[in-house]
Formats: sequence, structure tokens, C-alpha cells
Amino acid sequence: MSADPRQVEPLLRALAPRVLGALVRRHGQFGLCEDAVQEALIAAAAQWPADGLPADPRAWLTTVADRRAIDAIRSERSRREREAAVAEETVEVEVGDADDTLRLLLLCCHPSLTPATQVALTLRAVGGLTTAQIARAFLIPEATVGQRISRAKRTIRAAGARFELPAGDELAARLAAVLQILYLVFNEGHTATSGGDLTRAELTGEAIRLTRELHALLPADGEVAGLLALMLLTDSHRDARVGPDGLLVTLDRQDRTRWDRAQIEEGIALVTEVLGAADRGPLGPYQVQAAIAAVHAEAPTAEATDWPQIAALYGVLERLAPGPMVALNRAAAIAMVDGPQAGLARLDELARDERLAGHHRLAAVRAHLLERAGDRAAAAASYREAARLATSLPERRYLEAQAARLGEAGT
Amino acid sequence: MKYMLLIYNRPDFTTELSDEERTAMFAEVGELMRELTESGELVGGQALVHPAQAKTVRGRDGQPVVSDGPFLESKEQFGGYCAIDVESEERALEIARRWPDPRYGGAIELRAIMDEGVPEG
Repeated sequence: MSADPRQVEPLLRALAPRVLGALVRRHGQFGLCEDAVQEALIAAAAQWPADGLPADPRAWLTTVADRRAIDAIRSERSRREREAAVAEETVEVEVGDADDTLRLLLLCCHPSLTPATQVALTLRAVGGLTTAQIARAFLIPEATVGQRISRAKRTIRAAGARFELPAGDELAARLAAVLQILYLVFNEGHTATSGGDLTRAELTGEAIRLTRELHALLPADGEVAGLLALMLLTDSHRDARVGPDGLLVTLDRQDRTRWDRAQIEEGIALVTEVLGAADRGPLGPYQVQAAIAAVHAEAPTAEATDWPQIAALYGVLERLAPGPMVALNRAAAIAMVDGPQAGLARLDELARDERLAGHHRLAAVRAHLLERAGDRAAAAASYREAARLATSLPERRYLEAQAARLGEAGT
Repeated sequence: MKYMLLIYNRPDFTTELSDEERTAMFAEVGELMRELTESGELVGGQALVHPAQAKTVRGRDGQPVVSDGPFLESKEQFGGYCAIDVESEERALEIARRWPDPRYGGAIELRAIMDEGVPEG
């Protein structure tokens, strides 16, 4: 009897946090339990495809992981005994509740950790990914990921972090950190779809899956729903945002028939529900960003986009979460409503912000507006400047191609 | 964000140091590498052999031609690199400042590594 590896992997990822939650409840030691669960997942990934799924996969994993945890605690026990024992007996382990996933997410995104370590630990402990998979996804050596995870566990332990749900305001603040990490993981995968690198692109699915799970746990939280909607609406462009030549295709030139309608419908339904709910709590930045994405998704063409609505939503976003990028996007939206000159005037103001002054996106937006205003030579110069400042290879190629197109026509 | 520290120095500068100074300098690099490994910031690093052993391929009449010696005729030569994955440029500069070469007449050039991803546009 055998099992399809394509079924085994999602099952393992879904079970990982539940098994880990049960172990941490029993033994308390998060770092040690996480290692034990990781070993059990690796054992299952090797055995199940060949031997078939056990009758109760969750009990199997819990038993194996629990054995490994006990072994680690009583390290004197011999390897031979351990494996013989695992094959025969099933240990009764207290089953944790659904909130264990939330407790684990909060622990993995503990404020004592850096974002890079929060990402690595979340993907392993909650996502059930192996160190090797995380390393491939982030294009770093496996040893580096291993270091980040073991360092994260030491830091968590030293900080005295507990496997429990904080109350009130603290929960809200800690949850904000979790959402930030999930969005970071999503973006890492979303931007990677260019090279057809499926390993990196898988991060997108993983981020959506974890956010979906979080939404199921906290259905009344507007920001969780907002983030899920934002991810779905952004991911719906996946097949249209990169051309066959590997170049970036900007939103206004995408083939909208290639957008994923099912994701759009689900995303719009979520936004509509959350913005209409009486008890959704305070309006947050993810909800507003999702609303902006929904307005784009509803437009049959770029020209038919409700730009006044988008400009107004960016105004709301700027009040909720001010930042140079939001201000830049707002200026670009205002230019679609009031014309390129109005946009350029705003860009001149924004250029005084040193966080934006040397940023390629400012030069790229200016180039786009200059072209729309009919100043091709200045637009070409701005595209060249943007290309020099870009930090992504496909984006630099796109910007260079724009500069070349205008340069040829202008001479 | 990933960065590369490009290390330039006079290829023979270590021969001008006393044994103690040389040992101390290599220990300093060793300690820095150990720290970067432990923090999960190290992506990789290599030292290169003496530029006297370099060969350079140039185009001549559209054809690649091999000659002995390094690409640039310069007192300071590229001697090795250290690649890191850090939270900010500030942190990358902090690491670059701690590298010993600038104190011995060398220089560290800091360059961000190009991202392969296609950002949302």
C-alpha cells in the first residue's frame, strides 16, 4: 500500500502545528518539542509515500514526536530501544485545541526575534516546512536557516516567552507582528514567480494557507480578513504579471482575462463582508489595501478603473499607516484623476523625503508621468535613473527597456 | 537584503606585519565569521589566491584572448568576498566597518545583491 506524496505533504503541513501544540502542552520545552516534531515530519515524509498513510496520521506523528521528545529529555536511552518502542506502542497524548496554532504563531513571531528569524521559525514550526525547503525558498544556505532557527529558540527561551494567549491590547500588538510576517512570506513568494521557481512560489500558497487558518480562528478580526483578501486579490494577477520574456507587466497592461476569477471573487467577498460588518473593530491598513486591490479587480480595463475611489482610499491608508511608499502610490493615483502635471507636482514634494529621494520607484513613477505629459526625453532620462537605482534584475530590465523605447523614438 | 562585501587590499600587505599582528588579524576575521555564522547572517565567503596567479580573458578582434595577470593594474587588488543576508544597509555597513583591511591600507566595497524577483508593478 502506498500514498501519493502530493497528498502526504499538505497533510503533514496541516498537522504540524497541532502535533507541536500537543507536545508543548505536555513537555513545555518549545525548542526541544519543535525539533522532535520536525524529525517526526521528516520520518513521515520518508515512510508514508512507500508504506501508505497510517490509520490515524495525527496520532502517528504525535506518538513519534513524543517519543523523540522524551528521548531528548532522557538522552541516555539507546537508539535501538527508541525505534523498537515507536514501532509498537502508541502513547496517549493530550490533544491540544485549535488555538494552539495561534499560540504557536505568536510564539514564533515573538518581539525578541528579528523578522528573518521569525519567518524561518514560523515556516518550520507552524508551516511544517523543512530547513532545506526554507533555505531553497530564500536562496540562502541550509546552515544559515538552521542557525536562525536554533538562535530563535534560544532567544525565545531567554526572553521567557510562554505558550499562551496574551490578553487585550497585547494580543492585538502581537497579532500585528504575525500578520506582518505572513505578508512578508507572501511577498517573497509572489515576487519570485518570475523565474518559474516553484519552490519560492510555494511560499505564496503557504502564506495564504496560514492566513486562512488564522482567519478561521479569528473570524471577527477585520485585519486578518483584510490580509487574506489582500493576498488573494494580489495572487490573482499571478499569471498575468510576468511576460513570456520574464519582464514585469505593469497592472495597466496586464491581460485581465488571465486574472484568477475564483480568487478575485473570494477576495472581494471577504472585503465586502469585513467593511460592512458592524463589529469588525477599527479599520486597519490591510483592509484598506484589500479595498484598493478590490477596486482594481472590479475594473474591466485599466482605463475604466475608478481612480477617484483609489486616490481616496490611499488618502485613508496614508492616515492609518503613513509612509513614503503609500504617499508615492497616492500621488500616482491622483495623477490618474487630475492629470500628470498634478502628479508631478506632488512627486517634487515627495522627493524632499530622504527615504524616497534615492528610490527607484520615485524615478519610475516620474518617468511614467513625464511620458504621459508628452516629455519623452525627460521620461527616458527618468527611466534610466530608475534603472540605475533598481535592486531587482527583472525590474531593471523592464526600466531599461522603457528608456530604450523612448530614446529611440526621441532621436 | 543580501549584500556582498568586496575586499580590496595590497596582495602582500600581510608580509609587512609581525607574526603577532598577522595572527591577531586573522583571528579577528575568524571571530567576525563565527559571529555572522551564529547570527544566521552569513551566506558565504571565500578568499582568493594571490593575483600573481590570475589569468584574464579579454576580447581582441571579437575573440576571447587569455593573458597572465589580473584585470586591473592597481596597487590594491580584489582579494575575497563575504556575502551576508541582513536586515538593513546600516547593519551591512556595521559589519564592513569591523573588517580589518581598511586599517591596513585596504578597502571594503559594499554592494547589494540583485534580487531575482519581479516586484508588484
